Amino acid sequence: MLKFIIKRILVAIPTLLILISISFILVHSAPGSPFTDDRDISPAVMKNIEAKYHLDRPLYVQYVYYLKDVVTWDFGPSFKYKDFSINELVNASFGVSVKIGFWAFVLAMGIGVSCGIVGALNQNTKIDYAVMSFAMVGVAIPNFVLGPILVVLFAIYFKVLPAGGWNGGSIEYVILPVIAMSFRYIASIARIMRASMIEVLNSNFIRTAKAKGMANSYIILHHALRPSILPVVSYMGPAFVGIVTGSVVIETIFGLPGIGQLFVNGALNRDYNMVLTLTIIVGGLMILFNTIVDILYVVIDPKIKY
Amino acid sequence: MIGTISRDEENKEVLMDLELESRSLFQDAKVRFLKNKAAVFSLVVVAVIVLMVLFGQSLSVYSYEDIDWDNMLVGPSFETGHYFGTDDLGRDIFVRTLQGGKISLMVGIMGALVAVFIGVIYGATAGFIGGRTDNIMMRFVDILASFPFMFFVILLVTFFGRNIGFIFVAIGMVSWLDIARIVRGQTLGLKEKEFIEAAHVSGTSNAKIVRKHIIPNVIGIVVVYATLLIPNMIIFESFLSFLGLGVQEPDTSWGALVNEGSKVMDIAFWQLIYPGLFLVVTLFCFNFVGDGLRDALDPKDR
Repeated sequence: MLKFIIKRILVAIPTLLILISISFILVHSAPGSPFTDDRDISPAVMKNIEAKYHLDRPLYVQYVYYLKDVVTWDFGPSFKYKDFSINELVNASFGVSVKIGFWAFVLAMGIGVSCGIVGALNQNTKIDYAVMSFAMVGVAIPNFVLGPILVVLFAIYFKVLPAGGWNGGSIEYVILPVIAMSFRYIASIARIMRASMIEVLNSNFIRTAKAKGMANSYIILHHALRPSILPVVSYMGPAFVGIVTGSVVIETIFGLPGIGQLFVNGALNRDYNMVLTLTIIVGGLMILFNTIVDILYVVIDPKIKY
Repeated sequence: MIGTISRDEENKEVLMDLELESRSLFQDAKVRFLKNKAAVFSLVVVAVIVLMVLFGQSLSVYSYEDIDWDNMLVGPSFETGHYFGTDDLGRDIFVRTLQGGKISLMVGIMGALVAVFIGVIYGATAGFIGGRTDNIMMRFVDILASFPFMFFVILLVTFFGRNIGFIFVAIGMVSWLDIARIVRGQTLGLKEKEFIEAAHVSGTSNAKIVRKHIIPNVIGIVVVYATLLIPNMIIFESFLSFLGLGVQEPDTSWGALVNEGSKVMDIAFWQLIYPGLFLVVTLFCFNFVGDGLRDALDPKDR
């Protein structure tokens, strides 16, 4: 077991390096420099600037400098918000994204898994059909359509929740973004959970347990749940990636001051440094999460023994 | 003599009977697909939407760039000829929805084609060569799979400008991983079959075996996954356009229209609802068709 975990973590490191390298190469093959400006800068000043950011050195030296910056978590200044460093901006908005993303993930897992179990236990009844139609619809509605519809319904029509904004993260400002973000994943997880639960419930060891006269609830909790949750666990990686990516759109719709918003504004304003930094941070998070999911899978799967 | 002939005829009849009984995989799949009411209905809806997108613009007197100065931000009405209403610039939403559909569907299909092209070649090569090369090639796919792709595409768009042709390629480039994995798995199984061995024995080159024997045999399953890729591609493009990083004015796509609509939804709900409806229905139907095809072609679920 320990050997697998160490091996898995070792694989994550080159992945991270490749991510940083590709991003770095992309940024440096882009036309123009961040300091190209409408105003002419005198060559002497330009030389000073280039020296400060090591732009006058060969590319591999710049790469080493950049790696050092990433390791020491110093991403330099933002090109758009002149008086702030990237670190300050990211620190200010990270909490917002984490809060929304965390609740969206918890909601997707909790409701998705329970809906799937309920559907599987009541297979081919009205309850099951309700769960399945919800899952079909949920998968097809993109978050950027659902978000505005939720706003129209709950903020404009019923006037029960605010249409957007953050307000320090008080609960009524969090509800709609979290629902818009997690809806699709609730649906997918319900679908996956239902299918695998049905398969497990039809397998021999469950029949044996039933034949021994065990209580139904005991069978489901102690025998069926663990093997049937495995496909959901392997879907956790893509779901996490989807939720993090979705934050870009959700934060734009609801005007939340998070990482996604920062990223879109960076992209629209060609704030190279910001976009590069956030790609690396988010990519690093995703690689980390995928590693954790892989390890979790091995821990849960009763068939894999070490 | 006569006896032999009649026995031959009898044999022929028996053979014909056998032929009638054994249908090819695709005929079988067709029967199963046609039995799936939801999938067939979805296919019809997709066909209608495609026809509307291609030819529907001639139903309206307006073009997607035209500005109707007398009817700005008016609701749907047949009298003005704006079936779905107009936006704040007086452009017809009906025509713009169809024009947006053209872009969205084109991105979906072209993106899927690029993904299939790269994925099939990559997967077939990895699976066919096998061993260490396969290991390295698939490790590379694993590494790419844990990349933050949306962020990456936005990074590309930021640096190289917002160009619709570029979006096709970018989307296709990042979506071939699943196809490569599937094709590689299939190839590993096919490689051991006798007919491949026979091809080896008769001196066929490796490249030709991959081209002539492996790829035609995996294309069925690839088509299924390509159908399921199309809605993902459409979401992908709409996502970028929604953020303002995709297609640029005056051209449009469903994502861009939904974005415009969401800004004025409190006063002009039609501007959000029609493009949104077209988008959701298309995605829904493509998913159904893809699922139906998969169930029809996958012998496991017979």
